[in-house]
Amino acid sequence: MDAGRRNAGPSDIMQSKLMTMPDAIGRYVPDGSSVALGLGLEALIPFAAGHEIVRQHRRDLTLIGPISDILFDQLIGAGCAARVTAAWAGNVSAGLGHCYRRAAESSVPRAIEIADHSNFSIALALLGGALGAPFIPTRTLLGSDIAARADGSHLTIGRSPLTDEPLVFVPALVPDVAIVHVQRADEYGGCHAWGNLGVMEEGALAARSVIAVAEEIVPQSVIESDPNRVLAPPHKVSAVVHERGGAHPSPVQGCWLRDHEFFLEYHDATRTREGFEQWRTRWIDGVPDRASYLTQLGAARVENLTVKLTNPAAPVNYSAS
Amino acid sequence: MTLAPTPAEVMIAAAAREIRDGEVVFVGMRLPLLAFALAKRTHAPRAVGLFENGIIRETPSSAMLHTMGDPPNIEGARMCCRMTTVMGLLQRGDVDLGFLGGAEVDRFGNINTSYIGDPKRPEVKLPGSGGAADIASLAKRYVVVIDHAPRRLPRRVGYVTSPGNGDGPGWRSRVGLPRGGPSAIITDRATLRFYPSSGEAYLASVHDGFTAEDVVAQTGWELKIGSDCAATIAPTTEELRIVRECDPQGFWTGRRESR
Repeated sequence: MDAGRRNAGPSDIMQSKLMTMPDAIGRYVPDGSSVALGLGLEALIPFAAGHEIVRQHRRDLTLIGPISDILFDQLIGAGCAARVTAAWAGNVSAGLGHCYRRAAESSVPRAIEIADHSNFSIALALLGGALGAPFIPTRTLLGSDIAARADGSHLTIGRSPLTDEPLVFVPALVPDVAIVHVQRADEYGGCHAWGNLGVMEEGALAARSVIAVAEEIVPQSVIESDPNRVLAPPHKVSAVVHERGGAHPSPVQGCWLRDHEFFLEYHDATRTREGFEQWRTRWIDGVPDRASYLTQLGAARVENLTVKLTNPAAPVNYSAS
Repeated sequence: MTLAPTPAEVMIAAAAREIRDGEVVFVGMRLPLLAFALAKRTHAPRAVGLFENGIIRETPSSAMLHTMGDPPNIEGARMCCRMTTVMGLLQRGDVDLGFLGGAEVDRFGNINTSYIGDPKRPEVKLPGSGGAADIASLAKRYVVVIDHAPRRLPRRVGYVTSPGNGDGPGWRSRVGLPRGGPSAIITDRATLRFYPSSGEAYLASVHDGFTAEDVVAQTGWELKIGSDCAATIAPTTEELRIVRECDPQGFWTGRRESR
């Protein structure tokens, strides 16, 4: 692991962290870094950030996430990844991920190392990082080849020092950076996310720095109006990027529906490496930013995917007087 | 007029019947999403559904789900939370039943969703565990939903992603698993259950249109036929109506090609 190699340090709570996606990726995702992505599982996947990683030709990344739907597949296909630390990598709508298969089976476009986890074990690894604990013991995966064939750096079978029963020890995982997509944020790093959270909280706590990508930038008073809904300690957030639609084709509760067809189209288009290269040219390298991507997606499709009704939570009273 | 059930609809109805009223169920993806909705609307209104992305539901979602993270699965949820909350319930022993898919399941209910061939140089790299290995490790029992073919039901899986009965009786407690194991394999041809004495799967019921001999021929080991082997209870008209209401386009139920 890369512990101690890079430390973002405490961020200045008085200073705006708002920056463009190219700046955020350029500053916080250097070559060789470990990047936690897709921590909300099928929802809130930071595709726009991943596409900027591809555009900046990042190399030798370690991708960390429980599942990533097709974002890991794209980063692997573009040759950005050297290692994948995940419970599942593929296409949730269609099953297998073609780029992941080509890399694992035939080292195309390059060989990748795979550290296999389950969802629970990778959650525990990030929880360990979040708590500053060296490892977390668990009963999951006992008897599985995931544990039996692990190289020891990411899972180890041992015995309880208390009862001598068999356990799996999950070493803490400390990503260099976690990238999270959220519904709204203030420019100082306060974020609100809602819906299922997966391992977004553990991932953001475990990482050395956090990039928050937000559908909407709101005044700090909006975030402070509901401190229980804040995803991560705001002073831990290093960069805030305003990127509407930055999670497409994954869903964002209250903002965007899931674009199921896009996942199926990707599956069909990327059966060959040439097919992936064409897809990549069209949807990543051929568009300079997310706004152009959404324009290419088309107004009708964007309209269909936009959440139109409101179903707000009942307000809660935080008053102290 | 009711159209004859598709194979997927037979599997969904059979899977729904595995859910007992009041149980806490790890629902999973694909066909079990519909099985949970069907059970909730028929015989198991008190069942509670857990989703590993951090959702707890006491009612089925209002719209068809392609994934557990779809917005209709969150609107109307009883709780939205982090993954460790629901996985903690699982590890504590608070989950009765989980559903699993897979590329391969063997006679002891061990599941492979990771590698076909040598993991160092696989013939096929499958997507991996997701939460499946956790459900197989920690739920009180689990049910596998898989298409029936000799290569899908081999004698022994090449890689154990999700541990079943291992190599036979007593294996789970020997390796330290706290409870659980496979209780059924539901395929498009039959339902298999497990002998408590040997931990091995046997043919428990055969779906309409197939014979026990068909099923044995399509299984990768010498499948034993249970002494009480019967015809699978076919989906009722009411069950089919509900399933088709939940999946009006036939995305999961095979009236449309999903891959």
